[in-house]
Amino acid sequence: MTVGLEHYLVLAAVLFCIGLYGALTRRNAVVILMCIEIMLNAVNLTLIAFSRYVVPQLLTGQVFAIFVMVVAAAEVAVGVAIILAIYRGLTDIDVNNINLLKW
Amino acid sequence: MGLAAAFWVMAVFAVAAALLVVSLRNIFRTALALIVCFIAVAGLYITLSADFLAAAQILVYVGAISVLIILAIMMTREVRQGNPANRPLKLPVLAVAVVLLGLLVYVVVASPWQVSGTPPLAPTTGPLSRLLFGSQGYVLATEICAVLILAAILGAIVLAKEKEE
Repeated sequence: MTVGLEHYLVLAAVLFCIGLYGALTRRNAVVILMCIEIMLNAVNLTLIAFSRYVVPQLLTGQVFAIFVMVVAAAEVAVGVAIILAIYRGLTDIDVNNINLLKW
Repeated sequence: MGLAAAFWVMAVFAVAAALLVVSLRNIFRTALALIVCFIAVAGLYITLSADFLAAAQILVYVGAISVLIILAIMMTREVRQGNPANRPLKLPVLAVAVVLLGLLVYVVVASPWQVSGTPPLAPTTGPLSRLLFGSQGYVLATEICAVLILAAILGAIVLAKEKEE
């Protein structure tokens, strides 16, 4: 059987939901960061699949995916720096115990 | 036919690695499973004839982001807690994720996509560079990306720096 647009979209939806589940249930801040990366990858896959199957000659989706990658890289750099700063202050990265802003 | 086989192999690898990321107890093995997931997604980009993006995926995700994440794991390794789950949230979040997945699959299958039959551009690097840097393309967004990366690097340095007393 041939692989079409729907296959890629369903696969991206599966990856996104796995990432969502992990990001909401894990307690280690680094693992939450990883799950957010999985979700961003799923979105990139969707963009590139649309670019390949709907407008094969335009590459618009690929340009958008490059911008998503740039933002993901910036997000990871800042996220890791925040986790390290929190770890230095509290010696803990369990998000259940980081409740300084909880009212 | 080969493309379909490659898609199924990469899809199985990506989903299995993602499931390992959310289920493994050892956090370092979690990071290794994440790298497998990134590589499988890069293979999927190749099956979509996005060659430049596959290379960028390997460089940025497998090369840089995973190193940053492993660095964060190493720096916080005195926390001997592995990868615990938030027990009371587990079932509701699972329900939400499954419902969202069902909704997305339904929308994807039910929508009449306007699939174009023309073959894709074969080497995408040249056309992509003209789109990113040409005057008819997205040159302003590209320059803003450079500023964003600079701001993120400066912010990361300021946040991660030791405070001198």
